[in-house]
Amino acid sequence: MSAPSTKLIQGATGDWEMVIGLEVHAQVTSKSKLFSSASTEFGGEPNTHVSLVDAAMPGMLPVINQECVRQAVRTGLGLNAQINLRSVFDRKNYFYPDSPQGYQISQYKSPIVGAGEVIVELADGASVTVGIERLHLEQDAGKLLHDRSPTTSYVDLNRSGVALMEIVSKPDIRSSEQAKAYVSKLRSILRYLGTCDGDMEKGSLRADVNVSVRKPGGPLGTRCEIKNMNSINFIGQAIEYEARRQIGIIEDGGVIDQETRLFDPNKCETRSMRSKEEAHDYRYFPDPDLLPLEFSEAYVAELKAKLPELPDQKKARFIADLALSPYDASVLVAERESADFFETVLTKLADKGRDGKLAANWVINELFGRLNKEGRDISSSPLSAGQLGTIVDLIGEGTISGKIAKELFEIVWQEGGDPRALVETRGMKQVTDVVAIEKVVDDIIAANPDKVAQARAKPQLVGWFVGQVMKSSGGKANPQAVNDLLKSKLGI
Amino acid sequence: MTDLTSLTLAEDRDGLAKKSFTSLELTNAHLDAIQAARALNAFVMETPDQARAMAREADASITKGQGGPLAGIPLGIKDLFATRDVRTTACSKILANFVPTYESTITSQLWRDGAVMLGKLNNDEFAMGSSNETSCFGPVVNPWRRDGANTTLVPGGSSGGSASAVAALLCMGATATDTGGSIRQPAAFTATVGLKPTYGRCSRWGIAAFASSLDQAGPIARTVRDAAILMRSMAGHDPKDTTSADRDVPDYEAAIGKSVKGMRIGIPREYRLDGMPAEIEKLWSEGGAWLKSAGAELVEVSLPHTKYALPAYYIVAPAEASSNLARYDGVRYGLRVPGRSIGEMYENTRAEGFGDEVRRRVMIGTYVLSAGYYDAYYLRAQKVRTLIKRDFEDCFAKGVNALLTPATPSAAFGIGEKGGDPVEMYLNDIFTVTVNMAGLPGIAVPAGKDAQGLPLGLQLIGRPFDEETLFSLAEVLEQAAGRFTPTRWW
Repeated sequence: MSAPSTKLIQGATGDWEMVIGLEVHAQVTSKSKLFSSASTEFGGEPNTHVSLVDAAMPGMLPVINQECVRQAVRTGLGLNAQINLRSVFDRKNYFYPDSPQGYQISQYKSPIVGAGEVIVELADGASVTVGIERLHLEQDAGKLLHDRSPTTSYVDLNRSGVALMEIVSKPDIRSSEQAKAYVSKLRSILRYLGTCDGDMEKGSLRADVNVSVRKPGGPLGTRCEIKNMNSINFIGQAIEYEARRQIGIIEDGGVIDQETRLFDPNKCETRSMRSKEEAHDYRYFPDPDLLPLEFSEAYVAELKAKLPELPDQKKARFIADLALSPYDASVLVAERESADFFETVLTKLADKGRDGKLAANWVINELFGRLNKEGRDISSSPLSAGQLGTIVDLIGEGTISGKIAKELFEIVWQEGGDPRALVETRGMKQVTDVVAIEKVVDDIIAANPDKVAQARAKPQLVGWFVGQVMKSSGGKANPQAVNDLLKSKLGI
Repeated sequence: MTDLTSLTLAEDRDGLAKKSFTSLELTNAHLDAIQAARALNAFVMETPDQARAMAREADASITKGQGGPLAGIPLGIKDLFATRDVRTTACSKILANFVPTYESTITSQLWRDGAVMLGKLNNDEFAMGSSNETSCFGPVVNPWRRDGANTTLVPGGSSGGSASAVAALLCMGATATDTGGSIRQPAAFTATVGLKPTYGRCSRWGIAAFASSLDQAGPIARTVRDAAILMRSMAGHDPKDTTSADRDVPDYEAAIGKSVKGMRIGIPREYRLDGMPAEIEKLWSEGGAWLKSAGAELVEVSLPHTKYALPAYYIVAPAEASSNLARYDGVRYGLRVPGRSIGEMYENTRAEGFGDEVRRRVMIGTYVLSAGYYDAYYLRAQKVRTLIKRDFEDCFAKGVNALLTPATPSAAFGIGEKGGDPVEMYLNDIFTVTVNMAGLPGIAVPAGKDAQGLPLGLQLIGRPFDEETLFSLAEVLEQAAGRFTPTRWW
């Protein structure tokens, strides 16, 4: 691991450094809401997943959903974070139709999870450690529908009360690339844990991005918060725009106003939403309807023991056990589904020790390459892990050459079928029978006496003979056997 | 046959079991009494059809020998409790037409045990008040009058309708709620028995919230025994209320008549206020003497932080209320007064929907929770609360079983008499708020009358979840003082 180079922006007055922190809102994977038994299912008709509690009827009381607590603790463990055995739910008071109670139940002073860290790999092979400040549980809001009537807005409370984890990073991020990689890595960890589906299109994962700029090593600048980003690419674009906007203002002699901004993906710019003066006074105080959230060390230990293998651990194992390069290992573990596919391929191999690395190459270069080209993801791969494992086996055991394997891959991709049977029925088997190869070699030597003379004078010309033999055998002759035979026959 | 409304709940229960009369007869007698007592304005919604249907059902189950502990007993329900398909308003205009689709845990337990609902009882708007004058349905009238006068008096509040109805024999008992004294003060003003149970003893689910950390429901009844009978049905753990305690519900009635010999009764020094009326002072010592002659030992104790209780209460309660009442915004149910923007709609709705006292407390609460003021007010008040709680714990640790105090600093006052200064009204709760701040059980028992013939009450404060001791002690006071019934004028 090499230290990441800080990416600086060239301004009129010299270099500028970005300082970025993110607040990621991740919807907790659970059947019911944080404080009610209503369903969290996505896409229901408006107001069909609303309990009396979610609608804030008079006299209704919240009851904590233990599954959401479990998921938050597991996520905390996955972020190598401090788990707080006692935390407190607070009320964040504000009036808006998407907030039926008139307050959001959140955790303000005592969150369920404290400081942790995430190791983020960058494209150039470097990595950076991003500190996690805290993770807390809170209720999601409902959704306003403005398009149903020209004069009236409607509100859909299906999302109201759904559990969110707000994961707050430290301001450790120094470029848009790092920010994007951080969100990707966080998303990957959540998906490995099964604590958030990470679906940004459905809004299961959103981020508020805090951006400020400073002269390298100088004091921190005033930050602006870009709200509610639901695409990793937009996060990158928004940061690039925002940093340059701030540098422009400062270099023109202005000052940055601390404010909340929105990103417009069409214009690719951020614009002011509300200033600090317009910021709400949320009047936080501990929710008197809920007791402090407490659990034991043993409960945490039990969850820790049952945690799945996470990307960093898996990567380390692939490097140690299969001698993969750190880059290849990173590519394989980045997405849980890809890693699972690769792991399944490994289980299908006759000799994992011999062919593990070969399998990794095939998954990354042939399969991922092909999927990318067709814009498909691993879940819709035409090739199963079993089929790919068999192809790798066929190469590893010497039944087919790499070249034939690519043809076989193509056939299986297009038509399906058992690769081993296909090799048989289509006569793709590599010829290792020396007698058969010898006959071909003899024929070619006999037909090309001038080339033989040349080769004897200049041994590298043996390659021409190899090519001829392979061509004549339809690529099925074992290249090593051909090479050996030619050398002895030509006496070189 | 004696007038069925004049019996106690315990007597009626036994009469029903012996089939001396039916629940329908008992219920009709009360419905007639309610009709004749509309001048008291105790009921804001009468449900005679439902009452008779429930009474018939109770009679059927009694005949089959399957009557529950409250089978056939007609009760009144404070309008703060949600009752399915029956309008529930918290006596606020903002909920004037609200009909819940759900039943509060406490009332559903009462119906489970066979009780009959006569209707919904008046209260101060969202339980904010000490005189029942803040209700959108107008003030409740106390059935008690000063000797030889016809000035209408308040029944106390916020459970004024409950107290007035029980005192005037309109129902056998009533549900009530107590955030700073709202059960005990009206009980004292009407010569009824009112118990504020330990915080967490009764479920708060389905009761419109005023101040969640202080609110607790309890009964107002004609006698200590009646209160004990009602408590057994009202109490219990509710998984829908995380602050409710998962503890067994004892047979409270069994505590009635139990010896109080050897019990140590604390007399808190700080409750002896300057300028306290002599008759309250006298009543207090009399109460002590009664307990002493029953074998209890009186010990003077100190609760040094008492003087901070009322100011701290008037920070904590409004703070929670300001947040609890935010849901009444005109968006989903209740009153909506349109405006040109969402902000204006909120403002119009809440300005028109809430009365003066509710608006005052929402504003105080919003203020004390504001950035920059939170530490000075809310946080400090919570610290005071901890100290108040510790005062009591220290007493109990020294072997004190319960404390005896006056219930109120005066007898009932006239309607409109204390309209000017809200603080004057707040002082009514001076002896009761400490109990809510500490989460303890407290019971108000009628103990005598003032010079003008108005009832006065004493308060007993108990250890957490030791309502049984309170019932035993309260019954000693009741036996000594006798029962007090107002002369009917309505």
